[in-house]
Amino acid sequence: MSKILIVAEHLNGQLNSATARCVTCARELKPDAIEVLVLADAPDAVAAQAAKLDGVTKVLTVARAENAHALAAVLAPQIAAAAKNGYTHLLLPSTTFGKDVAPRAAALLGTGQVSDIMSVTDPHTFTRPIYAGNAIVTVAAPTHAIVVGTVRTASWPAVGEAANTAPIEALSLDVVLPSHTRFVELQQASSERPDLQSAAKVVSGGRGVGSKENFEIIYKLADKLHAAAGASRAAVDAGYCPNDMQVGQTGKIIAPELYIAIGISGAIQHLTGIKDAGTIVAINKDAEAPIFEVADIGLVGDLFKLVPELEAAV
Amino acid sequence: MPNCFPARGARALRKGFPMKILVAYKRVVDYNVRIQVKPDGTGVVTDGVKLSPNPFDDIALEEALRLREQGIAEEVIIATIAPADAQPHLRNGLAMGANRAIHVVTPGPVQPLAAARVFLKLIESVQPGLVILGKQAIDDDCSQTGQMLAALWDRPQATFASKLEVSGDKATVTREVDAGLETIEVDLPAVVTTDLRLNEPRFIKLPDIMKAKSKPIETIELASLNIEHGGEIRTTHYAPPAKRSRGVMVKDVAELVGLLKQKGLV
Repeated sequence: MSKILIVAEHLNGQLNSATARCVTCARELKPDAIEVLVLADAPDAVAAQAAKLDGVTKVLTVARAENAHALAAVLAPQIAAAAKNGYTHLLLPSTTFGKDVAPRAAALLGTGQVSDIMSVTDPHTFTRPIYAGNAIVTVAAPTHAIVVGTVRTASWPAVGEAANTAPIEALSLDVVLPSHTRFVELQQASSERPDLQSAAKVVSGGRGVGSKENFEIIYKLADKLHAAAGASRAAVDAGYCPNDMQVGQTGKIIAPELYIAIGISGAIQHLTGIKDAGTIVAINKDAEAPIFEVADIGLVGDLFKLVPELEAAV
Repeated sequence: MPNCFPARGARALRKGFPMKILVAYKRVVDYNVRIQVKPDGTGVVTDGVKLSPNPFDDIALEEALRLREQGIAEEVIIATIAPADAQPHLRNGLAMGANRAIHVVTPGPVQPLAAARVFLKLIESVQPGLVILGKQAIDDDCSQTGQMLAALWDRPQATFASKLEVSGDKATVTREVDAGLETIEVDLPAVVTTDLRLNEPRFIKLPDIMKAKSKPIETIELASLNIEHGGEIRTTHYAPPAKRSRGVMVKDVAELVGLLKQKGLV
């Protein structure tokens, strides 16, 4: 008998696709119920999107002004209170949202957390990566307590829409919320391109691209392919592009169908972020670059010549 | 007991009174080491491999030192939970500039929840205005301890920080989140976890290594802290990751595009 609670990730009234990936992981547990908790100031639009996800049996909403922004200190006590209503599992995506909130909720529930669930062996046994994915461990969560976990989104496809929508219920929680943490602002890189974490195709640039101006070459190819744009840590550290483009152990872990790595040497920390990609293409002037050890298709040469050629040919 | 007192640590934050900063300083396998899983699946090979401070913790320590140099903090205390042989590791942090160190001695590694429970005990004695930790340790990659500590302490958390400004009894923190850069304001005391771009840690100079030898390290046996137990996650098996096989090399863009078309990718 398992009953799963998934905390929805959302921004500006849109449900993040990471939530649909959590549902796939939850279904693997063969549960009796999968419920999605939407904490927001105005949760209706997000709740309606969550109710359509295949496998979701109920959507719970908590509408409070304090929930206008996802502050862990505000959300965690509500999540912990909701999770005490007979759930066996509490799941969040392993995005910056889930990584921020889940451990705070786990500690309030007095239990440890399984981070980055890659696969499910049984309802209390999971695999997860350690050492930047250089080892995969099997871990067992305590059987007498609720299991708190974050779901490694690149390991799980998103569920589709169901024929019937799940019922939506308002949940009232008697929780006093702290005022010690206040939202100031969110600076979003304005991008017309697809979202890096859910895009089917990603074009990434590394240190080899050489400058912020040169990164245009990456953006142009990305736009031609209707792909998201990514980057290695080296490129972000060098100021060529914003932090939200970073792919790797400490950035985003992604699993697109096509990943094109341009001027990226392929440090272990970067490879960690892309090893679930369908096809990896590498373009680099150094034939010995480690990226070629994992690339499905490699092309050695000057990226400033090859990338415009590629852009023209596709 | 009625909650009629301000949170622990808040007393030390009277206006103009510099605070103490507690920094979590974990020892991990160096990030350049290629990790090998033992053939019997009982762990990874750590014998003889280079150990270093967790890179995010070096950033945490650097940030604390800068706050001390700005006169915002008066004392920087590093703490680690590690076996008895971790003293040189702490000397490293002292050489970088920490005033003193606390070594919680354990036979083996502890999990994030246990680490958070230990740090809560240290907070009771140190009374810091800020606790700074790395956003994750590069060995277990859990990314949990700071958040769990903030929960148990019932104080704010500002995770994945790329900018930290302390003014009076508040801190303004810019956080690297998936959507971009989020700024939040927190009341002190608070927990901050560091992202890569918060700062670049300084190099240690030889005279500082000599100076560090006389700085105090307090050792505490983990058992003597009487921390709560429960909620432990058991690791039952270690395996190497599935390998991607090396693919094909193409000679030019035309051949590349041909293969991508075959696969239906362009």
